[in-house]
Amino acid sequence: MRLCRDQVVKAIEAFEMLSPGDRVLVAVSGGKDSLALWDILLALGYEVDGLYLGLGIGDYSEGSGHHAREFAAARGLRLLEVDLRSEHGFGIPDGSRAANRPPCSACGLSKRHLFDRSARDGDYDALATGHNLDDEAAVLFGNVLRWEGEYLARQMPVLPAGNGFPRKVKPLVRLGERETAAYCVLRGIDYQVEECPMAAGNRHLGYKAALNAVEAQSPGTRHAFYFGFLDRAADLFRSQMAEVDQGLGTCATCGSPANGEVCAFCRLVDRATGDRGPTHDAAVRRVPVRLESRQADGVPG
Amino acid sequence: MRVELRNPSRMLEIAGPLSVVALLRRLDIDRETVLVISDGTLVPGDARLEADAEVEIRPVISGGAS
Repeated sequence: MRLCRDQVVKAIEAFEMLSPGDRVLVAVSGGKDSLALWDILLALGYEVDGLYLGLGIGDYSEGSGHHAREFAAARGLRLLEVDLRSEHGFGIPDGSRAANRPPCSACGLSKRHLFDRSARDGDYDALATGHNLDDEAAVLFGNVLRWEGEYLARQMPVLPAGNGFPRKVKPLVRLGERETAAYCVLRGIDYQVEECPMAAGNRHLGYKAALNAVEAQSPGTRHAFYFGFLDRAADLFRSQMAEVDQGLGTCATCGSPANGEVCAFCRLVDRATGDRGPTHDAAVRRVPVRLESRQADGVPG
Repeated sequence: MRVELRNPSRMLEIAGPLSVVALLRRLDIDRETVLVISDGTLVPGDARLEADAEVEIRPVISGGAS
């Protein structure tokens, strides 16, 4: 457990992710990484609220939400909730089908948009996600295989606030997922063990399996790959991020940063819901949050 | 011993005693991709699992990257 906390401290300091006293919003899925992150940031003294996004993936989402709520309630923490179906008119399985988009793609887009918006609305200093070293190395592997310059430019452990986006930090980048899982077991954190049914066979798992095979033959390769990229290659792609940022405007529908007149999330909502989408009023209404403690008051929005 | 596997969740009966490493080898599971848990705590690779042990083999690899 100490190793995990020390590695998080090291990541926060090395990449200047957070400052003492920062208000942090942690994106909580109910899984091992996000709950371990929430637990560690609290132990380190940060003021941290959680944000759970209901994705509408049947029993899996029910179970995930349960774990996030139980974690928050047991510790008297504030958990914000956004429900994709009741607020935006679709869940990931049906919405991705209707929009003719892979489920993991629709899910990632929805998460990024709604996490950003919640952090912005709540005036948090930073949005923290539970991406670990295995996640980051697998994403990097996929982006390198396809030379996705724009994605490579953004694959940093910290992205500064600007252009309507909150500061985004990944304090678990020095920890593997076996370590975060072990941390949860040792801390008695009950998390969602079952895998998302929509993720089965996705490309990301394939990249992880490939890197695990390399790691088994040559321990330390994953770490060298990711941190070598940050040290020696990331700067080469930074200009591509600046080009994209210069073209950003404001979404005519929701006011979020957008590359065109309407942001990608609002386009997804339109395609996923057809003519049965939520009214504007419903789209900005939040679901009730379980108020388990004094700290649960004052849900933004 | 009773062994719980996940994703999907299922139970197996395996004759013991066995070491953790031997159990994982028998089930053809890469040790780096799982945790072995018994009595609510982690079990190291060289530990011996008794014939009446209740063991969970919990995968640690998750598929979401977004």
